[in-house]
Amino acid sequence: MSRFRFLFAMAWREGRAARTRLLVLAAGIAAGVAALVAVNALAKNVRDSVAAQSQALLGADLRFASVRPFPDSAARVVDSILALPGAAGARVVTFGAMALAPRTGGVRPVTVTAVEGGFPLYGTPATVPAGLWPGVALGRRGALVDSALLGGLELSVGDTLAIGGLRVAIIGAVVRYPGDVSLASGFSPRVVIPAALLAEVDLLGFGSRAEYETFVRLADPTEAAPAAERLRPALRELRVRVRSAAEQEEDTADAFERLGRFLGLVALVALLLGGLGTASAVRVLIAQKLDTVATLRCLGAGTGLVFAIYLLQAGLLGALGGLAGGLIGIGLQLAVPRLVAAFVPVDLIVTPGWAALAAGVVAGVWVAVAFALLPLLAVRRVSPLAALRRDVEPDRARRRDPHRAVAFVGLALSVAGVAWWQAGEWRIGLGYAGAVGAALLGLWLVAAGLVRLVRRRPLALPYPWRQGLANLQRPGNQTVAVVMALGFGAFLLATLILVQHNLLRRFTVGEGARANVVLFDIQPDQLDDIRRILRETATPEVGAPVPIVPMRLRAIKGVAVRDLPDTLQTGEERGGWALRREYRSTWRDTLVATEQLLAGRWPPRPRERPDGAPVRVAVEQEIAQELDVDVGGRITWDVQGVLVETEVAAIREVDWGRFEPNFFVVFEGGALERAPHTWVALADVASPADRGRLQRRLVERHPNVAVIDVTQVVERIQAILDRVVFAVRFLAFFSLATGIVVLAGAVAASRMARIRETALLRTLGATRAQLLRVATAEYLALGGLAALAGGGLALVAGWLLADRVFRTPYGVPPAPLLALAAGVVGLTVLGGVLQAAAIARRRPREVLAGE
Amino acid sequence: MIEANGVTRTYLSGGRPLIVLEDITLAIRPGEFVAIVGPSGSGKTTLLGLLAGLDLPTAGTIRVDGEDLRSLDEDGRARLRRERIGFVFQSFQLIPTLTALENVEVPLELRGESPDGRARELLARVGLGARLDHYPAQLSGGEQQRVALARAFSTRPRYLFADEPTGSLDTATGREIERLLEELNGEAGTTLVLVTHEAALAARAPRTIRLSGGRLVEDTGA
Repeated sequence: MSRFRFLFAMAWREGRAARTRLLVLAAGIAAGVAALVAVNALAKNVRDSVAAQSQALLGADLRFASVRPFPDSAARVVDSILALPGAAGARVVTFGAMALAPRTGGVRPVTVTAVEGGFPLYGTPATVPAGLWPGVALGRRGALVDSALLGGLELSVGDTLAIGGLRVAIIGAVVRYPGDVSLASGFSPRVVIPAALLAEVDLLGFGSRAEYETFVRLADPTEAAPAAERLRPALRELRVRVRSAAEQEEDTADAFERLGRFLGLVALVALLLGGLGTASAVRVLIAQKLDTVATLRCLGAGTGLVFAIYLLQAGLLGALGGLAGGLIGIGLQLAVPRLVAAFVPVDLIVTPGWAALAAGVVAGVWVAVAFALLPLLAVRRVSPLAALRRDVEPDRARRRDPHRAVAFVGLALSVAGVAWWQAGEWRIGLGYAGAVGAALLGLWLVAAGLVRLVRRRPLALPYPWRQGLANLQRPGNQTVAVVMALGFGAFLLATLILVQHNLLRRFTVGEGARANVVLFDIQPDQLDDIRRILRETATPEVGAPVPIVPMRLRAIKGVAVRDLPDTLQTGEERGGWALRREYRSTWRDTLVATEQLLAGRWPPRPRERPDGAPVRVAVEQEIAQELDVDVGGRITWDVQGVLVETEVAAIREVDWGRFEPNFFVVFEGGALERAPHTWVALADVASPADRGRLQRRLVERHPNVAVIDVTQVVERIQAILDRVVFAVRFLAFFSLATGIVVLAGAVAASRMARIRETALLRTLGATRAQLLRVATAEYLALGGLAALAGGGLALVAGWLLADRVFRTPYGVPPAPLLALAAGVVGLTVLGGVLQAAAIARRRPREVLAGE
Repeated sequence: MIEANGVTRTYLSGGRPLIVLEDITLAIRPGEFVAIVGPSGSGKTTLLGLLAGLDLPTAGTIRVDGEDLRSLDEDGRARLRRERIGFVFQSFQLIPTLTALENVEVPLELRGESPDGRARELLARVGLGARLDHYPAQLSGGEQQRVALARAFSTRPRYLFADEPTGSLDTATGREIERLLEELNGEAGTTLVLVTHEAALAARAPRTIRLSGGRLVEDTGA
C-alpha cells in the first residue's frame, strides 16, 4: 500500500469515530468561509456588472461638465471632438430646485435634468410605462420622474408638477437614470424634462447650483480615454471637467472594491474565529489521542507520519468546511442582490462565482491547517514509551520544540498574508492582523483572568453554583477558547452598536435651538420678504441669515494656482480639489459655536489705514494644510472676476457634523458686501405639517429658494447608514454563529466526561433538577464571561473609534448593549442546558456499566 | 541478538534523579523465550522498553542485531521496530477508532506492504474470524488481547516483546492467551521477551531474568 493511501486511510479511519465533533468543527469553518465567499462573490459580481455596463454608466464615451455654461473657448474644444467622423453628442443641464405639486400641495427638493440630443448615447433608460424616454429626450413636453417623488408627493402619472415657472405633466417614472444609485435618489429625486422647457423653468440665475454637461459618443470608443487625457489640462484652465467611460467605471469599481474589501475583512473575522475553534478542539482531541499516537509509534510509525495523519485530517476537515461554506456563500450571494441593488449604479448581474467557491475551499484548508498546526505539534512529543507506561512525561528538551516557534510565526504571517490579500494593501492587511491579534490577546487576558477569578470561588455559594463554576476548570473544557470565540462575536456586534450610536448622534435634529429647516439661495432682494413670511407664520429663525459668496482660488503666496506643484513641501500629495473647487465663503467678525480658534486672532485687530491692505481671512485648519498656508500667508481670490488679495489672520477648527452653515474661509467685514452673493436662513419648525406649509408658501413666492427639511435629510442618512450597518451586522453575526459552533464543539468534546460525571452524581443522589441547575450555573458563567469580555473590549474599541476616527464625543447606549449581552448569555445557556438535559435522561447504571 | 551493556536508566522525579535501572548487562539470543520477573517497581517494564528501542538508556549501550540504538534517531528506531519488533501490551493498546481487522493491518501498512489475506488469516487463527469489523470497544478483554496477538505477529517480527500480556485478564482467559502466544511463537520461531509477575507464566520460559530494585539479581540463561 502506498504511503499516501495509508495516510488517507488512517486520516479517514481516525476521523470516523469523532464524526460528530469533526462535523461541528467543519461547520465552524463553513460559517466563516460562507461569509467570505458571499462577500467576495458579490464584490466580483458588482465589478463585472460595472465593467459590462461602463458606457451605460456614463451614458456616453466622454462627458464634459462645468458648473456654468461652457465658455466659448471650451465649447470650441468640445465641438472639435463632436466634429470627428462618426461622433454624436447630447447636452444635459442639471440643477437643484423645489418641486411643487399643485394638486396635493406637496413640496420636495428635486434634481431637475434637462436633456436633449438623444441622451444617453448608450442604452435607453427604462421607464414606467415603458418606452417613454426617447420622446422626452427628443423634446416631447412632459416630465419623467423618479418613483421616489411620486410616492413622496402622493402623485401619480398625469398630475402636474410646478418647478419655477414651469407647469408640466408627469408622463411616467424613470427606473434608473444613467449612473444613479437608487438609494441616493431619496435625497433629491430626479425629474427629467426636455431641454426646450428650460426657459419656462427660469431658475438658472446667479447662485443656482447647476451643472452643464455635454456627452459624446465616438466612432471608436477606445479613443475616449486618450482624448480625455489630452484635453484635460486645457479644459481645466476653463473650469471644464472631462471624463471617459473607462474612468467612470474605474472610480465606481474602486468605490465598490473598497467596500467589498472592507466587508471581506469583517467576514474574515468569522473565519479566524473558526480557526481559533479548530485550534482549541484539536488540542483537546490530541490530548485524547495520546494512547493511539504512542501505539502507532510503538508499531514503528515515525513522528512525521503520525503528525501527517492528523494534519491531513485537519486539511480534509478544512476542505469539507470550505466546500460547504463556499456553497452556502454562493447561495447567500444569489439571494442578497436585492439587498445591495439600491447601492449599485448598474443592473446587478449575478453569476455563481465558481472561482469564489474554489477560493472558499482553499481558505477552509488554510484556516484548518494553519490553526491546527500548533496544537498538533504535541503529537511529535509523544514518546512510544507512553504505550507501556502512563507516567511518561514528555522530555524537557522536546517541550522547547523549535517547531512551535516556526508554527506560531507561520500562523501569524499567514493571517497577515490573507488579510493583506483581502485588504488589497499590505498596510491595511498588517494593521488588520495586528488589530485582530490585539483584540484576541485582550479577550484572552480578560477570559483567562476571569477564569482565574472564578477558580477562587467563595465557598458561601450554594452547591449548584460551586459545582457549575468548578466545571469551568474541567480538563479539556476549552473555557478560554469558548469565551474568546463567543466574546469576539459579542465584541464585533457591540462595537457596531457603539459606532452606529455615536455616528447617528451627530445628526440628531431638534436638540436645543438647532434649526430643522434650511433656506438656501436667497437672493439679496428676496431676503426681506422671506423674513417677513417667517415672521407671519410665527416661525422662529435660528441665528441671523448668513451671506454666501462663491469664489475661486487664483494664487497662493503669489504663485498662480495653475503653476502650483501637485505635491506640498512635505512631499505629501496636494488635494487638487482644494485648489480648483468653488469656495462658498462668508463674512463675519465673530466665531460661531461650531468653531474654535487654533492660531492667530479672530476678529482681527482693527486697522488704522485699511486702504490697500489685504483683506484678512480665517481659514479652516484642514484646508489650510491642503493649501499649505499659515497665519500671515497671502491668498488671492477670484470673486466672480474681481481679484481680492487676502492675508490669513486666523486658523479655525470647525465641527462639520452639525447642520449649521459652516465655511472653509471667513472674510472680515467690509470686503465682500458689494460682491454678488446669496443668503442662507435657518428656521426651527416644530411639526412636519408646519414645515410642509412653510415650504409650500416659500416655493410659491420664491421658486428659486431651496427649502430643505433637515429632518428628512437626516432620515435619509439614517436609512443609508442602516443599510450599511445591516450588511456589516449580517457579517458580524457569522462571527457570533462561529462562536456558538465553537461552544457546541467544546460541549461535544467534553461530552464523555460529562456523561460519566452526571452518572456519578446521579448515583450519589443528585436529582435531574439539581443537575440542570449545575449546568445552568456553568453556562451562565461561560456566557457571562464572553459577554463581559467582548463588551468590555468593545467599550474600549468604540471609544478609540469615536475619539480617533470619527472625532465625536463618546456615548454608550445601555439598552442595545444589554440586549446583546442577554442574547449571548441566553444562547450559551440554551446550548449547554439542552445538552445537559439530554445527558441527565440517561440512567446512571447504563453509563457506569459501560465503563 | 539483543545486547545490553552496563545499562542504567534514571528519571527525574520531583526534580531529583531516580535510578530505575542500574548497570544491567545481558544478551538475548535469537529464538530464545525469556521471562523478566521481579516485584512491582523493580524496573521490568523500563528494561523491556529499553530493549525494544522505545527509550534510550541514560548510560550504557543497547545493540539490536549489532546496531547501537543510540546511533539511530527517533525515526530510525521507529523503522527498526517496524521491521523487526512486535509488541503485546498489558492494556492491549488497540487503536479504538480502528476495527479489529484494521488494527492488525496497521503494522503491515506502516511497512508499505499490502495486508492481503495475512491479517484475516491471523484473526481467524486467534478465533476472531467472524469479528473482523468489530471495534475494540465491542470486544471483551480477552478478545482484544487476541487481536493484539494477531497484530504482533502480522509482520513476522524477529523479536516479540510482551508486557504483562495476561495482567488485565481473568485466569481462564489469561491461560488461553498464554497458550495462543506460545503457539504462535512456536510456529514463527520468534525471539520472545516477556515481562510478567505471574509465576506460572514465567515458569514456562526456559530462561528467567529477575530484577530487584533496578538491579539484575538472577539470570538463569547467562
